[in-house]
Amino acid sequence: MKIHEYQGKAILKKYGVTVPRGAMADSRDEAEAVARELLNSGANGVVVKAQIHAGGRGKGGGVKIAKSVSEVGELAARMLGMRLVTHQTGPEGRIVRRLLIEETLPIEKELYLGILVDRAEGKPVFMASAAGGMEIEQVAAENPEAILKQYIDPGMGLEAFQARKIAFKLRLKPHQISPAVQFLSNLYKAFLDTDASLVEINPFITTSDGRLFALDAKVNFDDNALFRHPDLRELRDITEEDPLEVEASKYSLNYIKLDGNVGCMVNGAGLAMATMDIIKYAGGMPANFLDVGGGASSEQVAHAFEILLSDRNVKAVLINIFGGILRVDTLATGVVEAARKTQIKLPVVLRLEGTNVDEGKKILMNSGLNFVVSDTMKDAADKVVAAARGTLGVTEWR
Amino acid sequence: MAILVDKNTRVLVQGLTGREGTFHAKASAAYGTQIVGGVTPGKGGTTHEGWPIFNTVREAAEVTGANATVIFVPPPFAADAIMEAADAELDLIVCITEGIPTLDMVKAWEFLQDRRSRLIGPNCPGIISPGKCKIGIMPASIHKEGNVGIVSRSGTLTYEAVHQLTQRGIGQSTAIGIGGDPIIGTTFVDALDLFNRDPETEAVIIIGEIGGNAEETAAEFVKGHMKKPVVGFIAGQTAPPGRRMGHAGAIISGGRGTAAEKIKALESAGIRVAKSPAAIGETLAAALGTPPERRFLQTTTDQGQTTA
Repeated sequence: MKIHEYQGKAILKKYGVTVPRGAMADSRDEAEAVARELLNSGANGVVVKAQIHAGGRGKGGGVKIAKSVSEVGELAARMLGMRLVTHQTGPEGRIVRRLLIEETLPIEKELYLGILVDRAEGKPVFMASAAGGMEIEQVAAENPEAILKQYIDPGMGLEAFQARKIAFKLRLKPHQISPAVQFLSNLYKAFLDTDASLVEINPFITTSDGRLFALDAKVNFDDNALFRHPDLRELRDITEEDPLEVEASKYSLNYIKLDGNVGCMVNGAGLAMATMDIIKYAGGMPANFLDVGGGASSEQVAHAFEILLSDRNVKAVLINIFGGILRVDTLATGVVEAARKTQIKLPVVLRLEGTNVDEGKKILMNSGLNFVVSDTMKDAADKVVAAARGTLGVTEWR
Repeated sequence: MAILVDKNTRVLVQGLTGREGTFHAKASAAYGTQIVGGVTPGKGGTTHEGWPIFNTVREAAEVTGANATVIFVPPPFAADAIMEAADAELDLIVCITEGIPTLDMVKAWEFLQDRRSRLIGPNCPGIISPGKCKIGIMPASIHKEGNVGIVSRSGTLTYEAVHQLTQRGIGQSTAIGIGGDPIIGTTFVDALDLFNRDPETEAVIIIGEIGGNAEETAAEFVKGHMKKPVVGFIAGQTAPPGRRMGHAGAIISGGRGTAAEKIKALESAGIRVAKSPAAIGETLAAALGTPPERRFLQTTTDQGQTTA
């Protein structure tokens, strides 16, 4: 799960990680009030940062500096409600609904810190680089030795000597080492305690008066661990997600909207990806990824079908099920139910295999609905792509 | 022969008294697997569907002589169940559970490092040596005893590959689903190494997907060590970057972990890669050098004309 920068910083602050002073604002008045307080209490300037779940905000015009309350007010009025397009949002961009208003700081150096779990090593890794502010992937590709990777023994945690090693790698000054060790330890503790999947501070800055700050913060949580963090679950911002994906998540369905016109419903993530691939090989484009999971009920299948159809781009549907735990007759019951309810007009191609496949096919055949049943993945993909183009001959139906 | 599991494997079920555990224990037993008992803390001393239930894995192993276990425990308790099984020194632990927190698995993975148990999974369909032993949730009927090893990150896609082989009359020595999570016990390389040393396995299919670099590591191993033909498939050629495709491990991030990169790595190691998921069986048959008359039959199957 992704959260906003201001939420991430609030969590880090609780763990003793130093962040700039500031607060979230979702109106011009609030933005001005925060700015006034900051400027009255010693801030030299104020930065207005658009809060969306995507990086590259600065380049897209979502981060601006102001010197006065009125300037902040103008910026806030302009940014709130604007469509911010960055390299991570796609061309449609994201609507800005909240701003983070913060004090500016006299930046001396911009550094990089990140913590995540390294899958090959099976343990957390602390990454640090003196090349802050840049995309870390770019640094990794062009200059991999500029990144220090400190693996952490999960039984021991981040030891002081490891934190010192990171601090020295970042070429911090002698008097900054001890506060840096504290900063890094607190950051690691926040990562562990919140079951984060990523904590990234880019940039991690030193100021001209020698202090250390998390100038930006990207915190993502492990979805599988949210059951033990009800407080963190509250931080979810569904306005940042696709409405159909939000709807799907209510029924524990794994749905991701894509750009094509062939809707697909599959059981199992790998087979779902492979089905998208074979649609492309047949000359079509998938409209979505949808994994109904291993043990879906006929109600879940019915919901999945409705969600699939509420995407207006969908011109034909491919249902590819290899029944293991999910029995094919359960699937068929759900599909028929949903097809009746939605009064579907679109062509539906089914490829069914596995547990109770004959019972499943019988349910579909006896439903009186217009389904095309196919025996192989390739044939099913060819048919559904033709159907989406409107070139599937009438004789091929049923 | 087959690898890891055979007719002599004695299997415990952790979470046997639950719905999933009961259903799949019965299906495995019906297949001929020696299911010898279950573990449900607090229900020790009772029986369930005729099987004795124990409070701890160690006790269950001592009484039943089990050397393997399959875990159907809910996600919050599954990592603990893995560690308990490792502590009881079972040879093989198969964890089916999906949705275990990553940091729980970090702990369990560390715990396994200096212990003798092999873990398969989590978030996997399990392992089957057709005709001998089935530990997991795969549909038994699609399998056929034979000489092709299969190792895969995906469950239903494994069924697809098995099905394509069986339809061509090609049997399997062992099929292993290693799981779709970022942290897993048995890797592609572990499985390839076992298949390489198994006299019964003549060729291997490796089914990967986007995310991580396990396929690249597997390609390195194949290049350096593999003495048998290997065929591959990578799912997610059309997946967009930055979106997690169902499996926690299936995500293209920072331009890494793409299907194109993985296919290139596999091909450079001499692995024949099926571009389409419908061509996995066909590609394997070609790698084995199947006789021409059988190949003709396969072509008709591909057109969907020979199946009902």
